[in-house]
Amino acid sequence: MKLRVRNLIILVFVSVTIYGMLLMIAELPPYGMPDNPVHNEVSVRYINEALEETGVLNMVTSIVLDYRAYDTMFETIVLFTAVLAVVITVRASNGKEKGK
Amino acid sequence: MNFVATDYWIMILLSLLIITALAMYFIKDLLHAVIVYGAYSLIAALIWLQMNSPDLAITEAAAGICTTILMMVVVFRTSRREE
Amino acid sequence: MKDFILKRIASIVLPFICIYGFYVIFHGHVSPGGSFAGGIIVGLSFIAFSTIYGIEKGRKKLPEKVLVYAESYGTLWYGILGLVGIVKGVPFLANKLAGIDMGAPGALNSGGLISLIGIGVGIRVASTMVTLFFTMMEEEK
Repeated sequence: MKLRVRNLIILVFVSVTIYGMLLMIAELPPYGMPDNPVHNEVSVRYINEALEETGVLNMVTSIVLDYRAYDTMFETIVLFTAVLAVVITVRASNGKEKGK
Repeated sequence: MNFVATDYWIMILLSLLIITALAMYFIKDLLHAVIVYGAYSLIAALIWLQMNSPDLAITEAAAGICTTILMMVVVFRTSRREE
Repeated sequence: MKDFILKRIASIVLPFICIYGFYVIFHGHVSPGGSFAGGIIVGLSFIAFSTIYGIEKGRKKLPEKVLVYAESYGTLWYGILGLVGIVKGVPFLANKLAGIDMGAPGALNSGGLISLIGIGVGIRVASTMVTLFFTMMEEEK
């Protein structure tokens, strides 16, 4: 009996959440339309002046390595941390088994 | 909304993407799930290519293969079956 | 693995995969691709080599010392190139502001610091992938 009440509460909660999410999705602008809010002056600036300001033909590279260079720098540091974590975990577990 | 041919192509690819994503959840054999993940990343790369971003497509294809290999190594080192 | 055909085919194909990876890294600023994708392709060629010919031969090709150096100095290289801006009196990681010659668009030496940064990031990503693979394939002792 108690389980059934709990399941009912979960069902109500999940339905309300899904309803709210669907309402939010209905408010989203249509996909791929040119007058969406994402297409603001930032992308216009990149498209028009990336070649002038960075001298690079590939616009993605000019954004990743010039306009957003800090972002890429810390991304490489994240990769470094990931490798450190894997090496430390695997080596430590191997060493413990050897010590036994 | 008016659809053109590329929209239908993208919709087919997106539905395949959802099917492979659900298949990864339901498959109990982890090796098979990893192989399905390879197919998932290939479909994602095709979608990027269809959306005119070859940059992301190359990165997705390469990174998908690499993560598939790493996951396969992990599956071989640990248990193959999901309990 | 003792498959004769696989080994012969791999010995023909793998060098071209490796060179293609370096091509994608070096041409990241003039054609689609970029340092991340190119680095992963270079790493994949080494991973394929060590799966086909055995992990020991792969380790002999790419010793751990090389991997550690590529790993740490790739990260440092980014910071050093960022310091160029500070030396010239402009913000960190500045490119055109630092007065570096941009070159003709489309040439391999265009873009100032961007191509140099890309080489560092590519080598870093390649060494990351190979290190992850070697660490996970390590035999339990």
